[in-house]
Amino acid sequence: MSQPLLQLTGIVKEFPGVRALDGVDLVVRAGEVHCLLGQNGAGKSTLIKVLAGAYTPDEGEIVMDGDAVTFGDPQAALAAGIATIYQELDLVDGLSVADNIFLGHEKTRLGFSRVGDSHRAARDLLTSLGHPEIRPSRETGSLSAAGKQIVSMARALSRQARVIVMDEPSAVLDPDEVDGLFRVIEELRASGQAIIYISHRLEEIRRIGDRLTVLKDGRTVASDLPAGETPTAELITLMTGRDVSAEFPRRTTPLPDADPLLVVEGLGREGEFEDVSFEVRPGEILGFAGLVGAGRSEIVETVYGARRAQRGSVTVDGRRLRPGSVDVAVGAGLGLCPEERKSQGLVLDEAVYRNISLGTLPRFSRLGVTRESAERTAAHAAARSVDLRPDDPDRVTRTLSGGNQQKVVLARWLLRSCRVLLLDEPTRGVDVGARSEIYGLIRRLADDGVAVIVVSSDIDEVLGLSDRVMVVADGRIVHAGPADDLDAHAVLDRILSGNEPTGNEPTGNESKGDAA
Amino acid sequence: MTGSTQETAAAPETRTRSLGIARNLGLVVALVALCVVGLVTAGDRFASTNNIITVLSLASAIGVVAIGMTFVITGGGIDLSVGAIVALASVWASTTGTQAMAEDVGWIVIVTTAVGVGIACGVINGVLIAYGKIVPFIATLAMLASARGLAEIIADRKTQIVRDEAFRDALGARPLGVPVIVYVFAVIVVLGWFLLNRTTFGRRTFAVGGNVEAARLAGIKVQRHTVYLYALLGATCGVSAVMLMSRTQTGSSTHGLMWELDAIAAVVIGGTLLSGGRGTVVGTLLGVLIFTTLTNVFTLNNLSTSVQAVAKGVIIVVAVLLQQRLANRST
Repeated sequence: MSQPLLQLTGIVKEFPGVRALDGVDLVVRAGEVHCLLGQNGAGKSTLIKVLAGAYTPDEGEIVMDGDAVTFGDPQAALAAGIATIYQELDLVDGLSVADNIFLGHEKTRLGFSRVGDSHRAARDLLTSLGHPEIRPSRETGSLSAAGKQIVSMARALSRQARVIVMDEPSAVLDPDEVDGLFRVIEELRASGQAIIYISHRLEEIRRIGDRLTVLKDGRTVASDLPAGETPTAELITLMTGRDVSAEFPRRTTPLPDADPLLVVEGLGREGEFEDVSFEVRPGEILGFAGLVGAGRSEIVETVYGARRAQRGSVTVDGRRLRPGSVDVAVGAGLGLCPEERKSQGLVLDEAVYRNISLGTLPRFSRLGVTRESAERTAAHAAARSVDLRPDDPDRVTRTLSGGNQQKVVLARWLLRSCRVLLLDEPTRGVDVGARSEIYGLIRRLADDGVAVIVVSSDIDEVLGLSDRVMVVADGRIVHAGPADDLDAHAVLDRILSGNEPTGNEPTGNESKGDAA
Repeated sequence: MTGSTQETAAAPETRTRSLGIARNLGLVVALVALCVVGLVTAGDRFASTNNIITVLSLASAIGVVAIGMTFVITGGGIDLSVGAIVALASVWASTTGTQAMAEDVGWIVIVTTAVGVGIACGVINGVLIAYGKIVPFIATLAMLASARGLAEIIADRKTQIVRDEAFRDALGARPLGVPVIVYVFAVIVVLGWFLLNRTTFGRRTFAVGGNVEAARLAGIKVQRHTVYLYALLGATCGVSAVMLMSRTQTGSSTHGLMWELDAIAAVVIGGTLLSGGRGTVVGTLLGVLIFTTLTNVFTLNNLSTSVQAVAKGVIIVVAVLLQQRLANRST
């Protein structure tokens, strides 16, 4: 076999108090898609930054094409032929597509931009990526997430990159956009580029990957595994160091026959969703399946009052909520774990315990004065009950892994003893091991009598977790029924056909009203 | 507190507490250094009781505003109109009408008028920002222009003398040789610290400034809270106007000129993040003292106000650079 294009040996990167990388080996060959797997906190992000030249490793060797290299800064990494496409795409929205592609190495003569040249070159690059329809003069901010990704890739190619690092590129994409992304990746592979592909989605790694390397606790624990054939159980064991079998906890007790706690009738918002009606009983988990952009998050946020309902009503325990008022909803016992955990859910630079008590402060206050010890004790107890790691309420929330950040948001509503919990993409950016813990938590909350709504783009997750599933397409509920009656194929079918044979489904006490 | 507090104390960057103390220590060192310079260059004139009291009186009026500003900035806002509000409050509280009423009812009328005007301006700022969705910079810029303009109209561009004897006696008193306004400032610093660090209101201020969306989705009434923050700052402007009126015996539309810059600079030097979410009342106090002492040392050495202005600018930049170093070390 030919010599590897990129070889990392014994990479160590230390931060004060943390050894983020503790001996990482990585061998990448030209013309392969090399997948990087690992839980959050395993060191993937740090490794990406080392490859991008943002961090200089403390020990270890990077060999590119037979030559030892050191990257003092991102420019050096780019010059050596390694380009990184970050999860949060680092494009300037206000600039044109061509300007973004050549950002940092603009085509100029004597300080003047050569607009014609750069547009021509940009068009060539976009065409080679199979997207000639993206005009170089277009404003980048007007592109979809998928379009922006193509621009990022064109930027990488414009640097003559031979290794392209992609950090969870599919996280922001719809299934058919993912297909498009994979076509581009195939072409890059065929033309001899090496791709380092990072994703939490095993099924993608199986589809697109050639070989994979598994990281755990900053170390390489397995390498040169075939991406297609390695059994899932083995990968999970490698990543977590333990066996994860029963991923979705099943209902242990029969659903109590109680009156619905949350009743939503005829809810609608112009251009987002129409005529949404459903009920959730205490102890029940209701799942919302559908594509990104189908209106699921909008529905949940409207129920919560974060968006003002234009039509319809939301009733909790017989009490009708004022539309567009989060604090009324919270007062009535609703809680939301929002889709964008970092930007909507947490004050990242605050201590964990303060994030947990954020919704409950008055309880720990007398005449507005906070009794900090009571607050801390209660928050700590809530953190323990969700098994937060590390078990340290004073830690800055930003330093926690994605899964543990989600647990902080859950703990907030646990502390508040909320009665209706709305979870929007509860496991986005959460690694496999922590995922099943969060599933367990959600089920436990339901068993304690909380009415739970789960929105997820992961169909298996919705089906595995929920008692009942509603399928949303184009802002309408196209199907409602018990989760056991559906499989992923059936859900996709309902999404794509957009309608259902009404009336025949055993929908239980479901009141779809006049949705049909 | 729990056992785990000790284990992880070795990794300060992941913890919330230790940073502030180091920063305040740096400010204390800077203040002491300034005092040494003052002692060396101006000797007894600097160290005299009279001079120290002058510095403290000067620091009190701007300091009260800076404490209020600490809340607004911690909550993710900014207020450019503080100087203009101080001017308007001082003018309104010293009109012949207000003074005639004070004659009948008591000097407290002057104080309530000044504070009331301040709160009213703050509420207008807050409502425009929270409910009108105008960015704080613009809303308070508009207030800056119109409040000072209104002050000029009311005062007819004349300096109004405060004639109320009771007011002058009450606030001009010097228990233990220290002016009342210095005591008032001290009380406000303590109250401000308590409000920011030990109350639900303070905690919510941090949350709103740190991540307004997360605060909203956690059920905090963000808009109402924003109005409270600007109203609080307005109230401190009113208090500051009273202090100025007591010190200068006048109400004038030229009071508080450029105070927005001094107040914001003191807050930022003190370690409050201009982007919100982190704030310190103690830091602001030290920032105000550093600024006032600096001005005093320069004046004692007969350096012009222009030289002072240049020095202030340099200090702001150096302070912020140092803070960023400190912050970067921790990420």
